[in-house]
Amino acid sequence: MERTVLDLWVGIFVAAGIAALLVLALKVGSAGTTFNVGETYRVAAEFDNIGGLKVRAPVKSAGVVVGRVDDIQFENQRFVARVVMKIDQRYQFPKDTSVSILTSGLLGEQYIGLEAGGDSAMLKDGDKLKITQSAVVLEKLIGQFLYNKAAEGGAK
Amino acid sequence: MPERVLKNLRGIGHEVVNGIWRLGYASRFFLLTLARSATSFRRFGLTIKEIYFAGVLSLIIIIVSGLFVGMVLALQGYETLQKYGAAEAVGTLVALSLTRELGPVVAALLFASRAGSAMTAEIGLMKATEQITAMEMMAVDPIARVIGPRFWGGVLSMPLLAAMFSVVGVFGGYLIAVVLIGVDEGAFWSQMQNAVDFRQDVVNGVIKSMVFGVAVTAIALFEGYDAPPTAEGVSGATTRTVVTSSLAILGLDFVLTAFMFKGI
Amino acid sequence: MENLVEIKDVTFSYDVLPVLTGINMTVPRGKVVSIMGLSGCGKTTLLRLIGGALKPRKGEVRVAGRVMHELEQDELYHLRRKMGMLFQFGALFTDLSAFDNVAFQMREHTDLPESMIQDLVLMKLHAVGLRGAHQLMPSELSGGMARRVALARAIALDPMLIMYDEPFAGLDPISLSVIGDLIRHLNDALGATSIVVTHDVQESLKIVDYVYFMSEGVVVTHGTPDDIRRSEAPFVHQFVWGEMDGPVPFHYPGSSYAGDLSLETARA
Repeated sequence: MERTVLDLWVGIFVAAGIAALLVLALKVGSAGTTFNVGETYRVAAEFDNIGGLKVRAPVKSAGVVVGRVDDIQFENQRFVARVVMKIDQRYQFPKDTSVSILTSGLLGEQYIGLEAGGDSAMLKDGDKLKITQSAVVLEKLIGQFLYNKAAEGGAK
Repeated sequence: MPERVLKNLRGIGHEVVNGIWRLGYASRFFLLTLARSATSFRRFGLTIKEIYFAGVLSLIIIIVSGLFVGMVLALQGYETLQKYGAAEAVGTLVALSLTRELGPVVAALLFASRAGSAMTAEIGLMKATEQITAMEMMAVDPIARVIGPRFWGGVLSMPLLAAMFSVVGVFGGYLIAVVLIGVDEGAFWSQMQNAVDFRQDVVNGVIKSMVFGVAVTAIALFEGYDAPPTAEGVSGATTRTVVTSSLAILGLDFVLTAFMFKGI
Repeated sequence: MENLVEIKDVTFSYDVLPVLTGINMTVPRGKVVSIMGLSGCGKTTLLRLIGGALKPRKGEVRVAGRVMHELEQDELYHLRRKMGMLFQFGALFTDLSAFDNVAFQMREHTDLPESMIQDLVLMKLHAVGLRGAHQLMPSELSGGMARRVALARAIALDPMLIMYDEPFAGLDPISLSVIGDLIRHLNDALGATSIVVTHDVQESLKIVDYVYFMSEGVVVTHGTPDDIRRSEAPFVHQFVWGEMDGPVPFHYPGSSYAGDLSLETARA
């Protein structure tokens, strides 16, 4: 085979392969909207119970992904879970923003929801969020429901 | 009776010793190939030629198979998902199955039977017709000149083929789910993009296909180089290439998956 | 006269099977020397020992004064550049054209510009009469032509030693004498030394200067072609004149014929 034809085919092949990788990264995956590359700042929050929250779970505000969970540790002094999240530098939140662990859908994955407060000072890297709401644990919820029912029954 | 026991024990021992010997020989061959791969990059034209044989010539089978695998996934996925009212998630199903598993694994299996067997047969015939010996007598190292470029050509082609397989598969899923069945297009893509993570799914898939590429080409080249220089020898080696590399792909896939998706 | 190749007391065996025992040979510079013998008597093994592809169990092979099995890989490869070898069925690289086959060593071992390689390759192909066939692939060449291209490849770097492994095997009578003539003429034109391993007695006796006869791993006789033709040694006589029975029996050794046909038991 003529050398130039061979080079051309291999060139087409490699270009198509790289294009396929890009499509996988950008169109099929969502490399453009994750925070692997952009500037981020880190804030921490403590929860009594994080339920099934995982590292890399999304951090959303008003339903928009603004960051990711970076690290989850058990705080052995006060027996709570300490969650560190990375938030995109483009999004600034007031200091008294409240955090809660939410579930998408009934059985979906868990994520962190941010609800902005009214403070004029903004969160900085390394800050700690004070107002937190733990994950809703389904078993506890059902237990509570049954207990209430029983109490109602007893009252009658 | 003890005669028979002794004989069987000897048989087992013989097999084990042979197996270990062959494994050692294969490892040495693999390390030599790596150590002498300078030629493959200094004279990149040689490697380009092998990318043509391993990669470009495998394109048709990869693209056609990818399209069909994606279409079947979409059909089957839709059937099941619509029972739970989650038909839009078919995009997620197709994309995750392809990027994580089917893309790298099926592309590697096809690569083993298309390019791997061709490599084994070619090297085996070169050996049978004394071309390898002739090269040594001409003071040219056959591992550097013949094995190295083929190895790197295969290793470089494999991830590209797997990526193309996945992309064409997703496109096939799109054709069935959106164009044929009528799943909402926006939901199809956005659910897919939400679910497929670049680092977790795409990069891990590429890493898998790289590992498979190394395994398949190394096995194919070793079997060819080690083949007895006869017609039966070469045909046996070609069969062994396909069998061994298919098993290696599936075994490695399990190990890699266990490591990659542990603790998620 | 100085000797290019000296083989002293060489013994070689594959595993436990002895192939060569106590071989002594000398190949003087500028001569064409033939090693003859039946198939499987160790001729090809001897060539591999000279090329340094195998190590002898005992004794030594010297080429240009260097002991082959003591050389480092680099030195061995360096020395091999000065050796050409024609393989039994040519062993042309099937993925390269005739031109690229001949150019192979020039491209691997020299930094010559492509224009000069082109001239050199066409000269070599012209010497074997195949300049016009330079763009053909090995699969498009006939057996005799492939052998000639392989010959052009063997002399590509003007070697000091050319080795031929069964150059006449499987050729038609015309190709046979063409190859025979080429071996002689190229040797003289290049000032090289040639070793021809063959069992084609008549053809090689026409062109060589000296003959070694081997049988079962030992040299049974040696001499000039005329000595060999006149030789009265029964093995040589049978070999040269192609007689059916002699020291090499027609029948493979076995139990008695009558016994195999159950005649003896029938009589008993």
